[in-house]
Amino acid sequence: MAMTDQEILTGLGEIIDEVAGVPAEEVTPEKSFVDDLDIDSLSMVEIAVAAQDKFGVEIPDDQLKDLTTVQDVIEFVRKAEASA
Amino acid sequence: MRVSQGAPGARILAFGGYQPARSVTNDELAQTMDTNDEWIRSRVGIASRRIAAPDESVADMACAAGGKALAGSGLSPSDIDLVIVATCTPETQIPNVAATVARRLGIIAPGAYDLNAACAGFCYALASASDAIRTGSAGHVLVIGAEKLSQWVDWTDRSTAIIFADGAGAAVVGPASEETGPGIGPVVWGSAGDMAERIYVKDRNSFIHQDGQAVFRWATTALHPVAKQACAAAGMDPAELTAFVPHQANLRIIEAIARKLGAPQAKVADDIVTAGNTSSASIPLALSRMIERDEVVSGDTALLIGFGAGICYAAQVVRLP
Repeated sequence: MAMTDQEILTGLGEIIDEVAGVPAEEVTPEKSFVDDLDIDSLSMVEIAVAAQDKFGVEIPDDQLKDLTTVQDVIEFVRKAEASA
Repeated sequence: MRVSQGAPGARILAFGGYQPARSVTNDELAQTMDTNDEWIRSRVGIASRRIAAPDESVADMACAAGGKALAGSGLSPSDIDLVIVATCTPETQIPNVAATVARRLGIIAPGAYDLNAACAGFCYALASASDAIRTGSAGHVLVIGAEKLSQWVDWTDRSTAIIFADGAGAAVVGPASEETGPGIGPVVWGSAGDMAERIYVKDRNSFIHQDGQAVFRWATTALHPVAKQACAAAGMDPAELTAFVPHQANLRIIEAIARKLGAPQAKVADDIVTAGNTSSASIPLALSRMIERDEVVSGDTALLIGFGAGICYAAQVVRLP
């Protein structure tokens, strides 16, 4: 069964807390990774890797740079799940 | 045909390290390229690195480190019958570095070869030394990792110039005695040639190119299983390790592998902070400095894992001398 946006957000919050030490409650859809959460390109790679383990969705490096907000990742995961 | 009889096991008798005198800080790099101290520290964990003098060669640094390891082992040069130099940055391919180093250290007519597995070179060379002793091909082996990466770096390319550095590290390997038991565990090694273009030098007139993000992804996902396999092959649980000494590639790769390995008792090497990434030299250099600072003690069990261009990787558990 497909995950809801809220479930993806919760999972993403746990990942970002572990990878970058940003408290999960600060991870909200409108936040920008670079500008609001102070997450750099290498942490984005770690988030992508953890997201693959958690959601079963691969986020390649060349698509990672287009995911600038938390909402972008939620949508990427939702669409990738739907097409899986 | 008769075949040789070797020792039942091999162990490391001593380490030695050498760093060039000149320390280059991040602020110094920021004067000539668009970068800054905070950016470099947060991305790769390096505060300063050592850079060799223009006339200081890979063989010079290899001799300095090898000489210290030899002195620490208490052996004389005549006891060594094989010299292996792991390097991917020699000034020339012909002649090799190992025979030159042997001559300069007064080691008479040993087997001598260079080994190129890039940043995994020391772990490959250590495995080769251990196997040579166990099969009877050699009695005592001088294993050296030495690199002058500064001569293969484009000093206007901030993606590589902030990372790579120069230095050498060495170990003397000999047969295990009955009271010590074996001191070098089985090697777990491999390669991924499909990723060859992620770290390469195009030709002899070119500099090192690295796709940092792809290498970071590979290193933080593919290596902790290799590290765990090396522990299992040695009959150890990662929780029993007292030191973890990965190739000093990038502090964030080191921390990610350590976190996924799960070795809470292990002192994790962070020599990269002041040494930079010295490729095949980084593991023995880090260990020699950890021993000098009493951060590890004789008898400690350390997991080593080297990884880099090729892509090549290798890991083994060792008992520290």
